[in-house]
Amino acid sequence: MSILDLFKRRTSAPVARERLQLLLAYERRSRGQPDLVSILREEIMAVIAKHVQIDQDYLQVSMDRGATMSTLEIDIQIPNKSAMPLAMAG
Amino acid sequence: MGKVVVVTSGKGGVGKTTSTAALGAAVARTGKKVALVDFDVGLRNLDLIMGAERRVVFDLVNVIQGTAKLSQALIRDKRLETLYLLPASQTRDKDALTEEGVAEVIGRLRQVFDYVFCDSPAGIERGAQLAMRFADEAVIVTNPEVSSVRDSDRIIGLLDARTMKAEQGEHIAKHVLVTRYDAARAARGEMLSIDDVLEILSTPLLGIIPESQDVLRASNLGAPVTLSDPTNSAAKAYLEAARRLEGEDLPVVVPFERKGFLDRLLGRRAA
Repeated sequence: MSILDLFKRRTSAPVARERLQLLLAYERRSRGQPDLVSILREEIMAVIAKHVQIDQDYLQVSMDRGATMSTLEIDIQIPNKSAMPLAMAG
Repeated sequence: MGKVVVVTSGKGGVGKTTSTAALGAAVARTGKKVALVDFDVGLRNLDLIMGAERRVVFDLVNVIQGTAKLSQALIRDKRLETLYLLPASQTRDKDALTEEGVAEVIGRLRQVFDYVFCDSPAGIERGAQLAMRFADEAVIVTNPEVSSVRDSDRIIGLLDARTMKAEQGEHIAKHVLVTRYDAARAARGEMLSIDDVLEILSTPLLGIIPESQDVLRASNLGAPVTLSDPTNSAAKAYLEAARRLEGEDLPVVVPFERKGFLDRLLGRRAA
């Protein structure tokens, strides 16, 4: 590392360009299609509701996208029977 | 039949209204008949930028609702007799515009004028979609900044999907107009370069308007920058962009800033 490197400031425009390219590649692909996360949410909700009674608020679906891979996170909370007076006891 | 050009951006505050006024006046200076239509119902500003705010009696909504004739609502510019303004309503909300009504007004303007410039409101909602609906061409005003470029990309998608031309399977001509470009900052790698913007949006360039105090000065005075002082750098850039819009093959020169002594010393590189 030369002494001059100390004075070099990392320029921000290349970072802006990369972030935009990644984001827009994703946004263009999903354009025109209905929102994937809300479709997943609805269908997962329907499947669970067939067997267990849960509230809409207990289901969290989120998508985190990366450059090469995206992760889908599904968080379902099923309250215990004691916490659900009207639940399917019996 | 005149040509309908929508000036749009998605993001607010990037210079749609300023650019509509400057491009419209530049085209009108060549003797073409030009109408500028403000679609920003509820938040009109084109009248102010054009210096016609005290002459507004009727507006686009009056014409659509039949309470005024188109000829009564059109305001002729005091400086250029080929330039007209159709203001937006300040009191109504955006729902006062109907697609049929807009179609009718644009259709009649098209018969009388060589160019109809539609100044779109910000956003992607109804008002913005109606402004672009009957356009033959689009000028997408973009600042070299991430949120503006992202919104421009979104608007380009809408232009290809929601305009009448696109729905009929025709091609809508799109041009990017980069405004508030600061050559020195781009050279230092602090601002997206023209190449970055064009590569990301993959849409042809209409012009580059440098960041300039003259633009603010022109709006203070209520005159399009291409009329108030056609010799300054921003006005020149708009005049050239207008010639390209009319089909002239005029190369775009990217404003260049020589690196200062300090930049060289500190080794700041252009990206």
